[in-house]
Amino acid sequence: MSYLRWLAALAAVVVALTLQVSLFPHVAWHGIVPNLCLLVVVAAALTVEAPFALVLGFVAGITLDLAPPADHIAGRWALALTVAAFLAARVRQDQKPTALAVIGTVAASSFVATSLFALTGVVLKDPTMSVSGLLEVVLVAVVWDVLLTPFVLPPLMKLFTRLSPQWATT
Amino acid sequence: MRGLGGRQDGRERRWTGLDRLESRNRAPRSLLVALVLASVTLITLDVSGGGSSPIEPARRVVGEAFGPAESAAAAAVRPFTAVPAWFRSKGDLADEVRDLEASNAELRGKVELAGFDRNRLEQYDGLTSAATDLGSALVPARVVALGSRQSQSFTVTIDAGSDAGIGPDMTVVNNDGLVGRVLRVTRSTATVLLIVDPDSTVGGRVGSSMEIGFVTGSGSLKEAAGLDLRLVDDASVPSRDDTVVTWGSSTGPYAPGVPIGTITEVYSSLREASQRAVVKPLVDFSALDVVGVMVPSGSASDRAIIEADGSLR
Repeated sequence: MSYLRWLAALAAVVVALTLQVSLFPHVAWHGIVPNLCLLVVVAAALTVEAPFALVLGFVAGITLDLAPPADHIAGRWALALTVAAFLAARVRQDQKPTALAVIGTVAASSFVATSLFALTGVVLKDPTMSVSGLLEVVLVAVVWDVLLTPFVLPPLMKLFTRLSPQWATT
Repeated sequence: MRGLGGRQDGRERRWTGLDRLESRNRAPRSLLVALVLASVTLITLDVSGGGSSPIEPARRVVGEAFGPAESAAAAAVRPFTAVPAWFRSKGDLADEVRDLEASNAELRGKVELAGFDRNRLEQYDGLTSAATDLGSALVPARVVALGSRQSQSFTVTIDAGSDAGIGPDMTVVNNDGLVGRVLRVTRSTATVLLIVDPDSTVGGRVGSSMEIGFVTGSGSLKEAAGLDLRLVDDASVPSRDDTVVTWGSSTGPYAPGVPIGTITEVYSSLREASQRAVVKPLVDFSALDVVGVMVPSGSASDRAIIEADGSLR
């Protein structure tokens, strides 16, 4: 069961990443696309146990860091998505999360992950960007992620729940 | 006393409830710390490694795996991206024809006036091409994936790699002008750094005065924001509407003589005592599709190569 769950999670990350770089640039707003990998990680954090979600966040981040056309310093998305997964797992309640709670968690995780990525960029001087540009990127990314939540999160959460019944929230 | 005890009981019940929640989905601090440290280690490795970073082989492996998936996804999406073009009205097309006729007439006028200049230029051109045979050919490729703004790097993946004869630091152009250079290749894909990336610097030459300078990306896809040009010679003032081309070298990453863009604005900075010009790129980076990679003439490739004289091989 555990293998199956890992397989499903990794497949979700691969599909999310491929769509993110190949499909969504055609509908992007000033080059800002929805972060589907983050949505996969949040879906895992809201349904299954925290260690799984954390490791999945790390793995999804590494994939985002290494898969072409990425050229930033590797490890930055890994750090951002691990922390986002940790936060999403913290706010998780014992009962099934309401739609509003899910959207709130996605918005918060998206804000934290994109900001954290931008901050590491500022610290490492990876590209030098203006603060207003960063703010625009962060806010538009949050809007994108929230917009896609109703289409992406429910099926993913159903999938994770089915693959790990012992952790499923009732 | 009783009331107080009751309250304490109630509070304790709530605490135990929280404890139960905690134990059920305990966020493992140690795991978080371990993963964060792993990320920081990766960052450190990549930063300290510089050009020959130990992450590079991992990037290549992941690229080999994701390249075909990205190519397939882009091929599946491509028919749908053309849909908006079907819905253009006759009015739009008529406007476009009128604009094109106007610009055609203007260009024809320029060409007729420039007869003398052209003759002189031809002599120079013959001289330079005899001296250094550029002898480069173009490998056609399509853009299959674009980096997101969140990732803060302006890079794209193209569907031609080392099998097509492409290697790092090769110049990438399209029919409008300079697109960027190849950063790294896998067997079937290559990652291209666009010239609008803030990390990208291209040696540029102002067309009319032959002054040299450096063109850096502004980190924006907006055409107006464009690129920054700083001239080496502080005294020379670039003029508006002048064309900027690469000065490059045959060994460096950018081939010489590729048009980059036109100067739209010129600022003089008193503090730095230098001239700064805004260059509008000729390439529309938000709608990149077919590009060409400049490879040495006669190099082996898995696809048809466009040779310097225009023939297909």
